[in-house]
Amino acid sequence: MRQRHGVDARHKAGHDGFQNDAGLGPAALTFPPGPAVAHQRTPHMLEIKNLHARIGDNEILKGLDLTIPAGEVHAIMGPNGSGKSTLSYVLSGKPDYEVTEGTATFNGQDILALAPEERAAAGVFLAFQYPIEIPGVANMQFLRAAMNAQKKARGEEEISTPDFLKLVRAKAPDLGITQDMLRRGVNVGFSGGEKKRNEILQMALLEPKLCILDETDSGLDIDALKVVAQGVNALRAPDRAMLVITHYQRLLDHIVPDVVHVMHKGRIVRSGGAELALELEESGYAAYGQDAA
Amino acid sequence: MAAVQDTVEQVRSIDVDQYKYGFETLIESEKAPKGLSEEVIRYISAKKEEPEWMLQWRLDAYARWLTMQEPEWARVDYPTIDYQDLYYYSQPKQFKAPKSLDEVDPEILKTYAKLGIPLREQEILAGVEIPEGERPRIAVDAVFDSVSVATTFKEELKAAGVIFMPISEALREHPDLVKQYLGSVVPPTDNYFATLNQAVFSDGSFVYIPPGVRCPMELSTYFRINEKNTGQFERTLIIADKGSYVSYLEGCTAPMRDENQLHAAVVELVVLDDAEIKYSTVQNWYPGDAEGKGGIYNFVTKRGDCRGKNSKISWTQVETGSAITWKYPSCVLRGEGSSGEFYSIAISNGRQQVDSGTKMIHLGKNTTSRIISKGISAGRSNNTYRGLVSAHRKAAGARNFTNCDSLLIGDNCGAHTVPYIEAKNPTAQFEHEATTSKISEDMLFYCMQRGLTQEDAVALVVNGFVRDVLQQLPMEFAVEAQKLISISLEGSVG
Repeated sequence: MRQRHGVDARHKAGHDGFQNDAGLGPAALTFPPGPAVAHQRTPHMLEIKNLHARIGDNEILKGLDLTIPAGEVHAIMGPNGSGKSTLSYVLSGKPDYEVTEGTATFNGQDILALAPEERAAAGVFLAFQYPIEIPGVANMQFLRAAMNAQKKARGEEEISTPDFLKLVRAKAPDLGITQDMLRRGVNVGFSGGEKKRNEILQMALLEPKLCILDETDSGLDIDALKVVAQGVNALRAPDRAMLVITHYQRLLDHIVPDVVHVMHKGRIVRSGGAELALELEESGYAAYGQDAA
Repeated sequence: MAAVQDTVEQVRSIDVDQYKYGFETLIESEKAPKGLSEEVIRYISAKKEEPEWMLQWRLDAYARWLTMQEPEWARVDYPTIDYQDLYYYSQPKQFKAPKSLDEVDPEILKTYAKLGIPLREQEILAGVEIPEGERPRIAVDAVFDSVSVATTFKEELKAAGVIFMPISEALREHPDLVKQYLGSVVPPTDNYFATLNQAVFSDGSFVYIPPGVRCPMELSTYFRINEKNTGQFERTLIIADKGSYVSYLEGCTAPMRDENQLHAAVVELVVLDDAEIKYSTVQNWYPGDAEGKGGIYNFVTKRGDCRGKNSKISWTQVETGSAITWKYPSCVLRGEGSSGEFYSIAISNGRQQVDSGTKMIHLGKNTTSRIISKGISAGRSNNTYRGLVSAHRKAAGARNFTNCDSLLIGDNCGAHTVPYIEAKNPTAQFEHEATTSKISEDMLFYCMQRGLTQEDAVALVVNGFVRDVLQQLPMEFAVEAQKLISISLEGSVG
């Protein structure tokens, strides 16, 4: 069942179809520095070239290019069905998604060749749109198992129980995670907002290098959204990149991105600064052949 | 948390072939002639130096058995058993009931050491010095094929007034007690396999806890089938007199063999006023190979009689082994205010077949029972929960709660639930909850995205699923059971 994607994906010389806005690749864009942009451009943390992926016979990613340097927060917006979630699954290695063409490197390493848990240990974290419930497995127990599994895979020493408890106590209250939520089964009986906050807690504990947030704002009221956004902003760091997938601009008021990309039919069709999100909020996705709803 | 880590470690260290108890002890043995006949029964009875009434009891059962039909209602499928092609008695050669551990054959001691069963009370196995006080205080009766080879902590138990000895010995030393209770819970006419057991049973444990005594340590019997083509027919009888308490553990293993072997045991529990028996089983008989070749047929009758007021029986079982399991540990809730519990984890993998559950028979007023059953099916196995909850006319205020969950791993296994509920008293309250779920790809992916390997993820999810039941086991057993569960499910996904 463990699926390893082909390592021999071929580069295509050029690619057809949409060009980025004004013919600029994202890497070439210069924007006023966002809150956490590194002072010097570090090598690209995530580099995706001409990525094609399908599930069954249905091709969803159709030649996607995306580059995210360390320290930056990039948002991907787009209408439903444009392939945003698929991108997050392909990057994190969900089975059933088959990469047919293109490459994705993470700190120079071909991540498509790695098993999902190897990607996790390398620092790829996905905050799920729909976090999964695991009955009978206490949240704390899960957090620790995950943490130690990653440490072990990296050849680091496992965290001791007191250190782990200290760490959780330091990070949980800011996200409004109660003792009760830590004792309960993973996500079992959690409200939508609690599940999302729990995802951010996991992210804060695991300290990944690349955080992918898949529609983290969906199902959140404005207060919950603020808590989540604060949690995410606290994790912005020069050695960490974030990919924030969202349908609505509202999240980006709270997590201000360095770059906004518009995704449509499996490709990035436009890239710009934070103001692009506002523009989209005005005009909707109609220009891309679909309503914003 | 630590236990999960243990599980994870354990899963990692497993080789492809996971049944680690599958070795054979090379030891000469003395067997009854093959097949079943009055002569064989007389042979067994003579070997055990039994009183005449016992022999008669066996012969009556045999006569009865000859008229009975093998039951066919269970959801299990196996070729016809040739009862004349089995050995019904096997003991290590030159076996004399050992007076002390020093007299036990070193090969047998080695076997138990290898199985991790501490028979030596003073000496330390595996060369590790365990300080006094940290050593697990569990008295063990070790049954090897048809005979009990060692019983530990005899003196200390004797001081507390507790009788813990092989049943064959109890027949000689405490004949009245045995005669009073033997067969009083599972009568000679009960069922095909129980009646067979009655005719040919060889050894097993006898426990008597005197009034008001809380047994000072866990008691445990460890069953090992070693000999080829040999059935094991043990009989266990536990009596908790008024106001007493005992926790009893049972473990089972057998070598890997290509042919099927029969294990038809009977366990009887008698609990008097205000007394309690906690009976835990970790059953890990050889399950056969992945294609279903070999393995133990585990056809077992276990029943407890809550005879006294406010008496209590709690059955906890972790069933991971055997090619076929046919077993329904039950409680007869006779005494007013008595209660019965059944906690079960039944795991089937490969080609294993499990048909297991319980019967809670409410006879007395205000009796309560609780059933928590967790079935896990993987591979090409079939796992059936079959349970009866019944309230007699006089069982006013009887209450039962049943929770029956099934977990499926993969697409080729089956989970079945067959609950029977009979209430003849209008004040009885019975609740039944059941769920069937599958370990989903999404669940595994979620865990793996957080860094767990697939094996770790399965172990974690399964341990979560069975947590309610594992908590019922005594500590040492819970850790062992958790490991066993992971081992049993090794290779079940992907």
